Amino acid sequence: MARRLERLFSRFRTPLMLLPSLLVIVLLFGGGMLVGIGQSFGYFPAIGLRDWTFDNYVNVATDQTFLRSLWLTFRIAFVSTVLSAVIAVALVMVLRYSFTGSKFTTFIFQIPLPVPHLVAASGLLLLFTQSGIFARIAATLGLIDRPADFPVLVFDRPGVSIVLTFLWKEVPFIGLVVLAILRSIGPQFEELAQTLGAGPWQRFRHVLLPLIMPGVLATSIIVFAFTFANYEIPLLLGVRSPTTLPVLAFRNYGDADLGLRPEAMAISVILAVISLILLGAYRRLTRYAMR
Amino acid sequence: MSTTQLGTGSAWLSRVVVLAIVVTVGLPLSALIVWSVAFRWNYPDVLPEQWGRQAWSYVASPSSRVFEGLRHSLVIGVLVTAMANVIGLPTARALGMHEFRGKGLVEWLLLMPIIVPAIVATMGIHIMFLRWGLTGSYFGIALVHLIPALPYFVLITASVFANYGTELEDTARTLGAGRAQVFVWVTLPAIGPGLTVASMFTFLVSWSQYVTTLLIGGGRIITLPMVLFPFLAAGDNANAAAVSLVFVAPAIVVLVLTSRRLNTDSTVMGGFGRL
Repeated sequence: MARRLERLFSRFRTPLMLLPSLLVIVLLFGGGMLVGIGQSFGYFPAIGLRDWTFDNYVNVATDQTFLRSLWLTFRIAFVSTVLSAVIAVALVMVLRYSFTGSKFTTFIFQIPLPVPHLVAASGLLLLFTQSGIFARIAATLGLIDRPADFPVLVFDRPGVSIVLTFLWKEVPFIGLVVLAILRSIGPQFEELAQTLGAGPWQRFRHVLLPLIMPGVLATSIIVFAFTFANYEIPLLLGVRSPTTLPVLAFRNYGDADLGLRPEAMAISVILAVISLILLGAYRRLTRYAMR
Repeated sequence: MSTTQLGTGSAWLSRVVVLAIVVTVGLPLSALIVWSVAFRWNYPDVLPEQWGRQAWSYVASPSSRVFEGLRHSLVIGVLVTAMANVIGLPTARALGMHEFRGKGLVEWLLLMPIIVPAIVATMGIHIMFLRWGLTGSYFGIALVHLIPALPYFVLITASVFANYGTELEDTARTLGAGRAQVFVWVTLPAIGPGLTVASMFTFLVSWSQYVTTLLIGGGRIITLPMVLFPFLAAGDNANAAAVSLVFVAPAIVVLVLTSRRLNTDSTVMGGFGRL
């Protein structure tokens, strides 16, 4: 009997080990998603809505506020991601060498990683507002007369300070992943290319870049998905309208009018669908990177 | 030329990069420190006119609610970390050491909460938790934090298990050790350092959560980021700076403890992407 149990256990051992985590993700994450998706299609029994409908999506898609938010959210995420990736790769091309202070600099470069986004925003606020430290320096140097002369970089419509906060956080993230890849590759490919007569730019473009590209793209997708869905940074540093999709969705969700909830859900579902497409791209890239 | 050495012509380039990184990372953090001990600091003075402990006294007083937020953040963070360890450890071992059909699917499911924003799921969960009376409770909030935290715990720990062999466990079994004994005396010491990194990281994921706590906590449980936000929004610089420094402290501790691993372990690195 005991032996049969043992055999039964060993046969289902792997599924049993996976089960608890999968339950959390499937029941909590998947279940929550299903309830949310149901509401976005008008199924909301708690307030007496039971008829399935596309209306919420139609309403959302034809709403100027939504369209402007979608554009702003996309633009902030896109600009933050591309700039993070470019700056990260450029810095790492120097940081990978050992020079005086390179170890210290790499440590400093790691600091933003575990710092919460809200703290990063807090530090940048103190620097970039019109009475911030940079404005004070500009005034002391005689570059501006009044605080209002300093460019509006915080609480601004284009979201400059939002992008700056994301850059401060995400450049080290992409950079350190690329640094780890470069260290695992080693110098032999580059040396070989040099022996064959390739110049510095050719070595970067045709040897290093193809090697680091899957890692850069995979981390960029994580950064894009994160900046696309972040709530507190645009809420703190942006203007009320246009705002980003997560802020808009949450504002509608928290509205006293419960009838706005299905539309809030529709906005969130659109956000999630865009991210799911990204997830597909991420899997393809990492599989390509494995080869 | 070895690629680990910069050519002499590029020495200035390395200096520019060092300066750029140190200034960019250091300025916002220094601004926080200086503001937290500034008493009178009017525009356009570049440095405070008068220094003082006012912000820190206020942070320490109950009316700032910083201690209340700190307590809630700590309890929830520890709860999430404990739950992730219990739930995620077997999964991590299976992913790191076993080959099985559908492994790709499991990894895909684990990546979902990392890439797909939690906002839809959290709103859906909010409705269910309202019905089950889980809103406004430590457990309810911890369950929702577990969604982004568990995948990272599992992925980091799986990479630890991938470099781990069962030889010692087998030997211990042959010598008559039971399952529990093997786990406590062989497995845990071997994976201990990696597990610590994964746990600290899991704690930080919970520590940094804002919108999920706001929704599921329903305003009844105030965590540290929720204490910080109103100070920031009101432009209350000195208090915002002091609370920010309290909020960032565990992150810096974790960084100092794990920075050596960051250079060699890209999975640990990848985990930080979500904070």
